[in-house]
Amino acid sequence: MYDYLWLIPIMPLIGCIINGLLGKKFIKNEKVIGVIATGAVFMSFLLSVKYFFQLLGDPVKTHEQVVMSWISVGNLQIDWGFLFDPLSALMLLVVTGVGSLIHLYSIGYMHGDPGYYRFFSYMNLFVFAMLMLVTGNNALVMFIGWEGVGLCSYLLIGFYIDKKSAGDAAKKAFVVNRIGDFGFLLGLFLVFWTLGSEHGVWTLNFVELAEHGHLLGFGGTAVTIATLCFFLGATGKSAQIPLYTWLPDAMEGPTPVSALIHAATMVTAGVYMIGRMNVLFAMSPTTMMTVAIIGALTAIFAASIGFAQNDIKRVLAYSTVSQLGYMFIAMGVGAFTAGIFHLMTHAFFKACLFLCSGSVIHAMHHALHHAHLDDDAQDMRNMGGLRKKMPITFITFAISCVAIAGVPGLSAFFSKDEILWWAFGSTRGSWYVWAIGAIAAGMTAFYMFRCLYMTFFGKQKTNAKAKDHIHESPLSMTIPLMVLGFLALVGGYIGIPAVLGGANHIHHFLEPVFGHAQEAYHIGIKETLHHSHALEYGLMAVSIGVGFFGILVATFMYMMNPDLPGKFTKAFPKFHRAVFNKWYVDEIYDALVVNPTKSFGTFCWKGFDVKVIDGIVNGLAKLIGLISAGLRHTQTGLFHNYALAMVFGMVVMVAIFVLR
Amino acid sequence: MSNNLLSLMTFFPLVGMLVVLFLPRESDRLIKSVTLVVTIITFFISLPLAFDDVFRTSAAMQYTEFASWISIGEYFQMNYNVGVDGISLWLVLLTTFIMPIAILSTWNAIDKHSKAFMALALLLETGMLGAFISLDLFLFYIFWELMLIPMYFMIGIWGGKNRIYASVKFFLFTALGSLLMLVAIIYVYYYSVQAGVPFENGFSIAHFASLDIPANLQTWLFLAFALSFAIKVPMFPVHTWLPDAHTEAPTAGSVILAAILLKMGTYGYVRFAIPLFPEAAHTFTPFIATLCVIGIIYGAVVAMMQDDVKRLVAYSSVSHLGFVMLGVFAMNLQGLSGGMLQMINHGISTGALFLIVGFLYERRHTRLIAEFGGIAKKMPVFATIFLIMTLSSVGLPGTNGFVGEFLILLGAFESELRWYAVFATTGVILAAVYMLWMFQRVMVGKLKNPANENLKDLSAREVVVMLPLILFVFWIGIYPNTFLEKMNPSLENLIDQVKSKQQVAMMIEDVEQSAVKVAVIE
Repeated sequence: MYDYLWLIPIMPLIGCIINGLLGKKFIKNEKVIGVIATGAVFMSFLLSVKYFFQLLGDPVKTHEQVVMSWISVGNLQIDWGFLFDPLSALMLLVVTGVGSLIHLYSIGYMHGDPGYYRFFSYMNLFVFAMLMLVTGNNALVMFIGWEGVGLCSYLLIGFYIDKKSAGDAAKKAFVVNRIGDFGFLLGLFLVFWTLGSEHGVWTLNFVELAEHGHLLGFGGTAVTIATLCFFLGATGKSAQIPLYTWLPDAMEGPTPVSALIHAATMVTAGVYMIGRMNVLFAMSPTTMMTVAIIGALTAIFAASIGFAQNDIKRVLAYSTVSQLGYMFIAMGVGAFTAGIFHLMTHAFFKACLFLCSGSVIHAMHHALHHAHLDDDAQDMRNMGGLRKKMPITFITFAISCVAIAGVPGLSAFFSKDEILWWAFGSTRGSWYVWAIGAIAAGMTAFYMFRCLYMTFFGKQKTNAKAKDHIHESPLSMTIPLMVLGFLALVGGYIGIPAVLGGANHIHHFLEPVFGHAQEAYHIGIKETLHHSHALEYGLMAVSIGVGFFGILVATFMYMMNPDLPGKFTKAFPKFHRAVFNKWYVDEIYDALVVNPTKSFGTFCWKGFDVKVIDGIVNGLAKLIGLISAGLRHTQTGLFHNYALAMVFGMVVMVAIFVLR
Repeated sequence: MSNNLLSLMTFFPLVGMLVVLFLPRESDRLIKSVTLVVTIITFFISLPLAFDDVFRTSAAMQYTEFASWISIGEYFQMNYNVGVDGISLWLVLLTTFIMPIAILSTWNAIDKHSKAFMALALLLETGMLGAFISLDLFLFYIFWELMLIPMYFMIGIWGGKNRIYASVKFFLFTALGSLLMLVAIIYVYYYSVQAGVPFENGFSIAHFASLDIPANLQTWLFLAFALSFAIKVPMFPVHTWLPDAHTEAPTAGSVILAAILLKMGTYGYVRFAIPLFPEAAHTFTPFIATLCVIGIIYGAVVAMMQDDVKRLVAYSSVSHLGFVMLGVFAMNLQGLSGGMLQMINHGISTGALFLIVGFLYERRHTRLIAEFGGIAKKMPVFATIFLIMTLSSVGLPGTNGFVGEFLILLGAFESELRWYAVFATTGVILAAVYMLWMFQRVMVGKLKNPANENLKDLSAREVVVMLPLILFVFWIGIYPNTFLEKMNPSLENLIDQVKSKQQVAMMIEDVEQSAVKVAVIE
């Protein structure tokens, strides 16, 4: 039935190997390289679509495919195995679908880059790793993908190898991710060992974990610690407090990378992972609450930083961190479906936003280059009024902007609203999580419209010499924009809630994955609220209102009174500086963690290794040297000295003998 | 033929050495070629071991050979007693596999006294193989010492500026350990004769392991062995000879030292120190595990601050071998097989890293990180290979390093060393820090140093040297069962044997304690 499931991840790997080995010396032709890479991902997409529809009509919803054994030591039996169920089916569509579009876009965007083959090889490798993450049937295969996407992220952030900042950002991303991976590993150990030694179930297989997870006991210490460890992994990969700092820096990579990895796919891995292990998470209310609170705090904190950034990609990066916060709110309050739903709509509109920003940067860069200027091509203060020059980019950007702001009818409205409703009304929810989420929604609307206005509206602030060279991007770039813009517009219709007369298809589709845990551990909308449509409408009205308020403020500040932001900045210089400098979190981490570790390393080396250990060793050697130097004086080589010593010795011996 | 396979394999390099000694001193290429051919033939001699399915099912020693060698009346008997099981199998193959690679790396690097170097290298190979296959402690000791001398000369003659200090330090550290071990070996023999083991058995490990040595005596003997092996591993705090030795040694010397000689220490624990003195090993487990964790973290943070690439890799060995030792002392199947696998992995990855550093050194005659930067553009093939080995050393899933580290940490977590495992896992983070930081400073960024403008990418010979290593990075990463399934029966047997002895000892202790309590109450 699903015999070729393994081919879905392998296709991009083949593309990666072909381009990686042959791209530079043998293929050379940009078009061929681009087509191989895009084609590889597209094939995976086609296969995913085929299997998706097959699954829709299939009464059995969970399918496993084991290719071969991987690690087999005693009671640890790990396979190279794949899992196809509604959750992975949906993720496959998102990853391969959005992935194909971004690959297509990159053909134009990366045109002329000397590392063209390298770029596509890495991109394919990334898609491979991401698909392993999504389709792995056990936590260790997932971990391959989990670290694999981290590696590709490292390679692609540092793609422009001449730039030191890119190298630093790449390393930071990998290391911070590794801190998360540390948590992931500990979680694995704890689950494997506890389930095995106490209940005789030695497994890391997801299906078996879902089946036997309940043995760990609701609210048990082991399951709480393990899920908290997994969540640490998620905060690393999905850029949540306290490990979010790498994501804004990751914008050093080429823009398609930001769209694919740092918006649509990799950063959502943490959300997916919680969804995959929903049974374990559902068993620990403590962990769930932590997840929701961290998500809410991240949502509002990142949004606040988004207020003062002038680099278009950084605004989008903080927006991504903030939106991921929403997904974690969803997972934390048990709205697993809503979380995955938001993951999907976010993939559409955020990929679209990033690609639009890429289109703008591409045009700006081209124009500035043409005019021999080194103005910053990503600084929104150099843009403005681009809507006439780049109509397609403008329209698709605007659609996505309206979507993310939560305007009714667009994709993110449905998913975000579902999350906020659960945050308020779920048995695991609470009013303050909802309140933070609602406020952050308003902030999101504000800074996204700020971004829209600064880039596309108002006076054109680009240097006069470059102004006229700004053009709309080629078709290979605008087609993906249009497709993603369209999806951002309508993608929400698969999840229209019942209260608005919809069928909530996605909820029913994912039911086999999440329903069990939700039922078993009483996760759902509180009984008392179940039929209170008035409250649901009321909350919806509040979030819509807050969104419109944000849009209005942005319009007032950046459209009607363009001088106002400047005045505001002058009135509160310290506040502005703190926000602009991202609340100094990077500096705090440097002072608390990075520098002490380096000093400790230097101390261990120069203080302990050289002074103490080698000091003792060399000291001993010297001491022996001194003693022997002293003893050497007795070895005079003169006969009478030896004779004297002999006589002396004999006297002593005789004395001892006599006196005894 | 297969009856004498081990002897043939072990002494073939020695024969090769004699041949090399008769070659004319000036014909450098000929000497190197002959040596290369000898090591390759040795590899092929050993290859049937890799394909022998008996290791999959049997824990027993295979290919055993036995001959009485030296006997002095009824007091002293030493036998030529060799064999191979799942524990030594892959280490033997690692040795025969690494040697041709190490020899090939000397092609341009060793330009003086190449005849002497090659002779010593072949002597060293005999020593290493002999040590891995010895089933008689005294025979082991002879081979153990036999390895020490060639390596001492390799560092002392073909080393860098500070070679005399490094080689003397290497010699003194190791010789100190060896002496303690020798005393302990003789004492065990003495004890076994006293206990009624027929002296014809000589220093047979199997017979020593069956003795019931009293606990306090075990402690002293274990400590003697443990210190000797700890120096070789090297474990914190007796590791300081290693950075000096590695930094000064010629590339081939570093490769052999890292890939194989260090494994003598960890192998020594698995083969001798733990099975011969299981109760003492159990008593000291928390202590040794503490040193492992310190070593993992300490090695990593010191590696992070190094300005010399080779020194950095040397300190990373301290960290990696901390992992190996932690796995071994977890004393369960996952930990031990992870530790054994990680010995092989470390041999491959760190051996490769030393070769990589060698490539750089041959081109620029410096190893200082600050001298490089941005050379990935000049040397793309080199950059790719370097990256693969870096990732393998970091333990990225899909490469060999991950499987080993994962098994070790899982095993330690499942044993009583749970908290040690948690702290050791931080080493995974630190490894990423020091390796990637180094890679970044050496390979990427702007090419600033004009001396690097004309760097040449790897030659065909250099790529050939690296390819087999890359193959095994992925082979072990993707299908480690090839290796695991052949070591597991022997490891399971070892664990059973050690655990049962430890349990008996603990039961006796309990009984004694309750007896004391009863006595006190009465």
